[in-house]
This record gives sequence, structure tokens and C-alpha cells, in this order.
Amino acid sequence: MASAPVASIPSLPFPLRIEGLVKRFGDLTAVNGITLELKSGECLGLLGPNGAGKSTLIRSIVGRVVPDRGTVSVLGERADSAGARMMLGWVPQELALYPKLTCRENLESFGEYHGLRRGALKTAVAWCLDWAALTDRAQEPVKNLSGGMKRRLNMAAGLIHRPKVILMDEPTVGVDPQSRNRIFEMIEKLRGEGISMIYTTHYMEEAERLCDRIAIIDHGRVIALGTRDELVRNAFASRSEVLARFASVDDSVAAWVKQRGGLYENGMAQFTIEHATEIAGLLDAASRAGHELADISLRKPNLESVFLHLTGRELRD
Amino acid sequence: MIFPIVRTALISLRRDRGALALSFILPIAFFTIFAVIFGGRRDSTPKVSLLVADEDHSAASQRLIKGLEREGSLSVKRRPAAKQGVEQPDYTAATAEAAVKAGSAPVALIIPRGFGENPISFGRADPNRPTIQLLKDSSDMVAPQVVAGMLQKVAMTSMPDIMAEQGSKYMDEYAGGFTPEQRKRIDEGLEALRQRESAESNGQPAAPADSNAGMPIAVASRDVVGENKNNPMVSFYAAAIGVMFLLFTASSAGGSLLDEAESGTLDRVLSSRVTMGALLAGKLCFCSLLAFAQLILMFIWAWLVFKIDFPSHIPGFVVMGLSTAFAVGAFGMLLASICRTRAQLGPLSTLVILIMSSIGGSMFPRFLMPEAMQKAGLLTINAWAIDGFTKVFWRDEPVSHLWPQVLVLLAVGVVLCAIARRLARRWEYS
Repeated sequence: MASAPVASIPSLPFPLRIEGLVKRFGDLTAVNGITLELKSGECLGLLGPNGAGKSTLIRSIVGRVVPDRGTVSVLGERADSAGARMMLGWVPQELALYPKLTCRENLESFGEYHGLRRGALKTAVAWCLDWAALTDRAQEPVKNLSGGMKRRLNMAAGLIHRPKVILMDEPTVGVDPQSRNRIFEMIEKLRGEGISMIYTTHYMEEAERLCDRIAIIDHGRVIALGTRDELVRNAFASRSEVLARFASVDDSVAAWVKQRGGLYENGMAQFTIEHATEIAGLLDAASRAGHELADISLRKPNLESVFLHLTGRELRD
Repeated sequence: MIFPIVRTALISLRRDRGALALSFILPIAFFTIFAVIFGGRRDSTPKVSLLVADEDHSAASQRLIKGLEREGSLSVKRRPAAKQGVEQPDYTAATAEAAVKAGSAPVALIIPRGFGENPISFGRADPNRPTIQLLKDSSDMVAPQVVAGMLQKVAMTSMPDIMAEQGSKYMDEYAGGFTPEQRKRIDEGLEALRQRESAESNGQPAAPADSNAGMPIAVASRDVVGENKNNPMVSFYAAAIGVMFLLFTASSAGGSLLDEAESGTLDRVLSSRVTMGALLAGKLCFCSLLAFAQLILMFIWAWLVFKIDFPSHIPGFVVMGLSTAFAVGAFGMLLASICRTRAQLGPLSTLVILIMSSIGGSMFPRFLMPEAMQKAGLLTINAWAIDGFTKVFWRDEPVSHLWPQVLVLLAVGVVLCAIARRLARRWEYS
């Protein structure tokens, strides 16, 4: 008996797809041929130092920067189409709020700019206030809010139209640790709802906590992409890091570290070893070279290590 | 310690173009404008425009008109300007009055029939004697006074024989008559005066006139514009001051665009469904409505406190108010889109608005300015708006007569909006 034909299931478009994006400002190439795909329900972290091109990439996606080359599509639609704009939410790095308006009035304004009216607007505003834990401050003018509250409202304003894809551009800049934790909870709540998200940061711990995959960006390029473990494994395999601080800081120390295949920055040397037993040899060699060690530690490589390994610079440079 | 402080302040000032402009350009610009208006060369002093309707057509009335025409401070017109090359008929009492009402000139003289028979009046007023009518627009407080004074002067200098003759008649009547010898000498004197006047009319040089000779001629003054109004200049200043502050308000409201650009809300707004065109249209509506509300408040205040007749001019006010508010709103949008920051907007708007207001008549009436300055004023929103409001509140003209002002203000608004839209492209994309 012939089997019944199996209906082919059309593959769903990526929530966000960036192909060969290039943006130049004069002689500076801010984004240099980036290609990325955001999977459904995924939180993709863009990790890189200030000036790496993260914000330019985000602004290109939301249409605030016109790329010189490349395409961006949101759920299969061109990013500059009206449909894509409704599916895309953007939380800018700046506090883009009206300071004299209350929290509710701000949300209502941005909701109306997205075409929400009456019942839908009311529901969306209530959801945003609840999500940002600002319901009891709804009537407070923004200028009277604390920094953390403003940040949360800034995020809520970007989500007022309940987009399917969200771009968060360093939402925790300048907030205290307590407010940062609250913001993490808000983001985790969104993740629980299956929202697809791009999250830019130069805080390694944020990327490790929130993101499924991480794209490390430097000089406008994606220099590594994968899960946290993949990135570490690809960079270090099973090796570990030895961090050594020397009693004196001079050029001879830097030269010695470099000669031993390590990285030296800000008085701290970093070596990669396969086995912990190699530490003894390192100590012995330093002693013979006349460099006194102040302290030494062994650690498993993290994203910071990966970035340093790939670029020779620290994330916060 | 003082030197470093001075140096730091100087460097800051040098790098603040707005402050530099306010410190040096604005005073020079203002000085120049005021100097041109009040201290200009003699030949640029404005002449008083005077319409004359001669209904007598006598030798005396002709001599009087010629005398007025010889006065350098008057610009005498006997008929309207030719239309399409066709000469217009001389003014009559009715057409001259209509012309004053329409604002063609601030004063008209009507020389009535029978004036030449008894042109000079001394002593008791004769109710049956024809009297020259001086029709005036009382919004111009200077011109009627000038014309009234010049009329007396011209009567004395251009008709000395008639004045002397009339004087001798009065003398004869009230002093009990002249002796034959006195009569003979008076007649000889009168003949000499007639000959001198005749020689002057033929272009021969005149002997110096006796400044003490002559007596006034009878003139009846009448307001033909604003005759029932309580305060002639209140409606003018309500419009003049109103428009100037409207410009400041609009530039400040337009500056909210710059605030949004600086705070980042502009980016957020433009990433939504709102386009730059819609955003500018929304801001323009806001600026225009704000300006219109200011005008309403200004005129209601003028109505309640200074008793201008607001209720019966509401249709004209609405038409002029909306046109002005639109032009002013567009001006605010243009200024905002020219500037990069709020800090730039402040000095630039102050500079432009104060200059526009001084030339355009918001600080003092344009009719006091030299002719070239009056024409320059037509390049400003202020002048057209003030002219329109003056038509409504002062001349009581119907709404249909406002079309030149409305058309210009709307056209200015559209052009300024188009330029602002073009300049705003820099906010759309980077």
C-alpha cells in the first residue's frame, strides 16, 4: 500500500536575520560585514567593548541607521517595513523618555505612536507597568523616578506594542546591582514567554546569565559565535588559565610573560596550561628570571578570557 | 588670578557663536534699524500721503492745492494711481473717504464747492460758509496734525492777497469802515500781492513771504476710520506685540524637536509607526494651536480691559489668527530644523525674531518708517499679520478683503514647512 504523501512543513523564517551588514561613518567602519541569525525564543548576546559596533548594529536593525550594504529581515519581512516595525521592539541605551510626563503618560504616548488605541492601549500599559513593577508609580512624573526605575520604564516603553523580537541595547548601563537584578528578572520573564531577543552588553556576567548564544564583536566584526561553553571550548579546549600578579611592574616582566606565551596587561599575566602541574614549572621559571610573584591563581576560562584570548584586549577597554 | 578667569571666559565666548551673535551682531543690527528709521538722511524721511478732492475747481482751490504740492513733507495725490495704464478720475469726496478707509492714505482734504468765494475765515464762524473737510485715519496720529498745520501755512503763503482782502473786509465791517485814503492804499497793496502770486505761478522767483501775514482758514476734521473706537492703537498693539511673542513661543515649541533629538525620544518615535512627515505635522499643529490660543488670549484681554470691539470681529479674527498661527508655527519648525542643539536655537531665534519684529512693525508702526523700510517690512510675517489684523479691527473690513494677507501668510507657512521638512531629513537616517 502506497503511503500517504507527507505534507511538507514550511520552515518558519528566523525572527531576525542579518546578512552582510556594513556601515561606515567616513573612514570608520562601524559594522564590517556582520551576518547573524536569531532563532525563535532565543536570547542572543552581543558582547563587545565600547565602540565595537554593537549599538550601530542595533540601530541599523531598527532603521535609525541606513547600512551601506547588507539586509535585515524580521520574521521574513524587510526590517524597514511597517509590519516589521510592529514585530520589533527596541530598548535604546539612552533614557528615551519624556521627563515631564508620568510613567503612564509616557507608555500611552509610545503606545499610540505604535498605533495602539483604547482597550488595547489600556491593556498594554497595564502589562508594562506590572512588568516593570511600576504600577504604584504610574502617576509619577519620570523626572522624579530613581535611575533604576527610569531604566525599567525605558525598557517597558520599548515593549508597549508587545513585539515578537526585542533588541535591548545595554539596558543595565549605570544602574546599581539591586536594580540590575530586577532588570534580569524582567528579562527572564520575557524569556519565559518565548520572546526572541538580542541583548547587547559589555558585562560578561550578564551575557553568561541571560544569553543562549553569544556573539563576540570587535571592530565591527563577529569574531566568535556560540554558546558560552562552545566559545570557551573553541578558544581553550580543556586548558585552564593561570593568572599571575608580579611584585614589581616593569617592561622586563612584560617581555618575560610574552616569551613564555602569556598575555600581560595592567600588571597581570595570563597563561594557558593543560594540567595544573604546569604551575610549578611556571613558578620556577619566574624565580629563575628574577621576577617575584605577588599571587597566583588557577581558573577555568570564561567569556572575559575568550575575549582576551581572541583580541588581546580586555572587554572593558 | 584675574587673568586666567578672563581668559577662560573669553575662550568660552569665542566658541559660543550664539552668544557672540547676541553680543555683537544684534546690537549693531538694532542700531542700524533704528538709525535708518529715526535718524536717516533727510531725503529718506517719510512724506505724509495726502489725498485731495477739489469739488470747487476755483482759482483759490487750485492755488491752495498747488501750495500743498510744493510742500516737501507732503505727497499730494489728486487721483488714484493709473490702473493698467488707464488714468483714473480725480478724487471726489466719496472716493477720497473710501481711500482713507481702505488705508491708501492717512488723510484726505475735501475742498467743498463755494470755497473760492470766501476761502478765509476770521472772527466768528459763519455756519453757512463752506468749510474744508479733513478726513483722517486716527490710527496715524502724526499725519493729520502735519496736514492741518501745513494747510494753514499754505493758506498764508499761497493766497496772501485773498487773506489780505478778507482781512480788510473784516476790518471794514468791525472797525467802522476805512477812510478813502486807507481804502486806496489797501487796494494798492492787494494788487501788489496779486501780481506777486501771479508771477510765482508763472515760475518766477517769489519774494520772501511775510510770516506774520495771513489768518487761518476753516477746517473741519473728521475721523473716517476708527471714529467709534475707544482707543485707536490698542488693536494695533494687540496684533503687533502678539505676533512678536507668537514667534518666540513658536520657536520655543519647535525646539521640542531638538529636545527629543538630544534625549533620544526622537529615535524611539521614528522607530515606531510615526514618520518624520507625521512628526513634523504634529509639531506644526501644536505650535500653530499654541500660537492661536495666545492670540485669543491677547485679544480677549484687549477686549475686556481696553474695550476693543472683539465680539463683532470674530470671523476676521479667526481667519487672520489661523493664518498667522500657521505661518508662525512653520517659522518655529524651520528654526528648530536649522539648529543642531537647543543652545543654538536660543540666540538664533532671539536675533531673527527681534530683527523681524523691528522691521515688521511690532515695535513701532511701519507708517512711521521710511518707504524703503516699509517695503523691507513686507518680507516679515509681522507686517502681513499686523496689516491683516488692522484691516479687521481698525478698518472694519470684511473677511473677503483679507485675502492678500491670508494668501501671503499661508504661502510663507507652506514654503517654511517645505524647507523645514527638507532640513529634517538629517534626523531621519544617519
